[in-house]
Amino acid sequence: MIIADRKPLEEILEMVHDCGSILLVGCKGCVTVCNVGGLKEVEILAATLRIARKKEGRPLEVAQRVLERQCDPEYLEPLRNDYDQFDAVVSMACGVGPQFLSEAYPSQRFYPAVNTRFMGGAVQHGVWEERCAGCGACKIHLFDGLCPIARCSKSLLHGPCGGSAGGKCEVSAEIECIWDKIVRKKMENGRLADLRVFRPAKDWRTSRDGGPRRSIREELVK
Amino acid sequence: MSANGLKAGSNLEKVLRAGHFAFTGECGPPKGANVEHLKEKYEHLRGVVDAVNVTDNQTAVVRLSSLASSALMAADGIEPNFQMVCRDRNRLAMMSDILGAYALGIRNMLCLSGDHQHFGNHPQAKNVYDIDSMQLIALVKQIRDEGKFPNGDEVDVPPRLFIGAASNPFGDPTEFRIYRLANKIDAGADFIQTQCIYNMERFRAFMHQAVDMGLAEKCAILAGVTPMKSARMAKYMAKFVPGMDVPEALIQRLEGAGKGQQGEEGIRFAIEQIQEFKQMPGVAGVHLMAIEWEHRVPEIAQRAGMLPRPEV
Repeated sequence: MIIADRKPLEEILEMVHDCGSILLVGCKGCVTVCNVGGLKEVEILAATLRIARKKEGRPLEVAQRVLERQCDPEYLEPLRNDYDQFDAVVSMACGVGPQFLSEAYPSQRFYPAVNTRFMGGAVQHGVWEERCAGCGACKIHLFDGLCPIARCSKSLLHGPCGGSAGGKCEVSAEIECIWDKIVRKKMENGRLADLRVFRPAKDWRTSRDGGPRRSIREELVK
Repeated sequence: MSANGLKAGSNLEKVLRAGHFAFTGECGPPKGANVEHLKEKYEHLRGVVDAVNVTDNQTAVVRLSSLASSALMAADGIEPNFQMVCRDRNRLAMMSDILGAYALGIRNMLCLSGDHQHFGNHPQAKNVYDIDSMQLIALVKQIRDEGKFPNGDEVDVPPRLFIGAASNPFGDPTEFRIYRLANKIDAGADFIQTQCIYNMERFRAFMHQAVDMGLAEKCAILAGVTPMKSARMAKYMAKFVPGMDVPEALIQRLEGAGKGQQGEEGIRFAIEQIQEFKQMPGVAGVHLMAIEWEHRVPEIAQRAGMLPRPEV
């Protein structure tokens, strides 16, 4: 899923500085699962914003709503009747949300309340890690189920660089060297030969380098 | 390959081809366009080494470009070994600079992944890593030997470059390092310069493997030496430079030398290393990386018996 982090309160307050009323819109998709933009987080942020602005002596009226998803136009319909009744709309969805909202309701201003970080999953309660870089040409099977494009700091395709030490990446002791893991797994399982294969330069056209991407499923297009 | 059997015809290639024990040095370009400073540094190496590595924004700190510095050096009669990292250029810029390097008289090139920009003075930068060091080696080889770009187009005058690569025998996972070296040789490396060696025992074992696997026959392996300036430097490298193995015994030896004598002790250790490398099976030469100590290189070369350099 898409993992996001809440923006610092100060940044959100700055965004809505000149607003007297806002609509805070959560999403029941990924951001609910990663505990950043679902019903609970919408309620917390709404209350926090009200209190902060009350303290400043400039009360902020905060209405709240949680949509089924913000990445699908049909689910944006519930806002049609009152989206323009507020000075701004703040989305707690990933970066897709405020954009779909802006496209659906061009006359309103939409602000992001979260920073969209990466595609990943929970490795323990409260900790999420990146697993996919969305390069558009999956080769995970070549690396025993561990993606070096997303998980090596240099996206290397031929093993660990000289900075790999003790299973950690040269960038930080907080980052595991995924090549250390791939190599150990291959060697332990007698697949050293896989690591002797030369892999040609990657074709990045399927990634963001080919320009903004689009996926068309002909059988679904009416 | 040309009629004389040389791939690039660089001095380094000729020295190795003639069977001499090679000796390369290193020069880090200045943090600015100070050509005089660059000259002052490389002048210490004139006639003392067979080629001088010119680092490419090493440790991700912005410096005078390795291409420009290498070209200035070549024009001034000192043979550069132009370093190129995958961090800062995509394949278009790389190929263009490879051609440019040859056009400017550069005949050796070292293909590296590059330190992550996180270490440097512009950690906010976006990195490139369009291709990795293995693919860079293969790219230079293809352009040189096939005279073709990866898209199949003809190269109008292929650049004849002697292709170098790096190897860190001390990086993890250790047991894979020899295979990574083998892969670089298979990809097209003509010579290898290793990471700074301090743990001689581990390096001996590494070279033993390299010889057993026939790697030293296929490719010239130059052992990396960086003289320690002090026990403090040794401790810093042991603790903070990832993939570096500095044995405690060496730190103690430097400390034991006492104040004011640690640099000399570091040089003595480096000279002992060079003497051993001369005898070590599979080692074709030494790459001396005297970091910000270029002026001490002539003395080290003299004392290690590396002078005069062969005229080939």
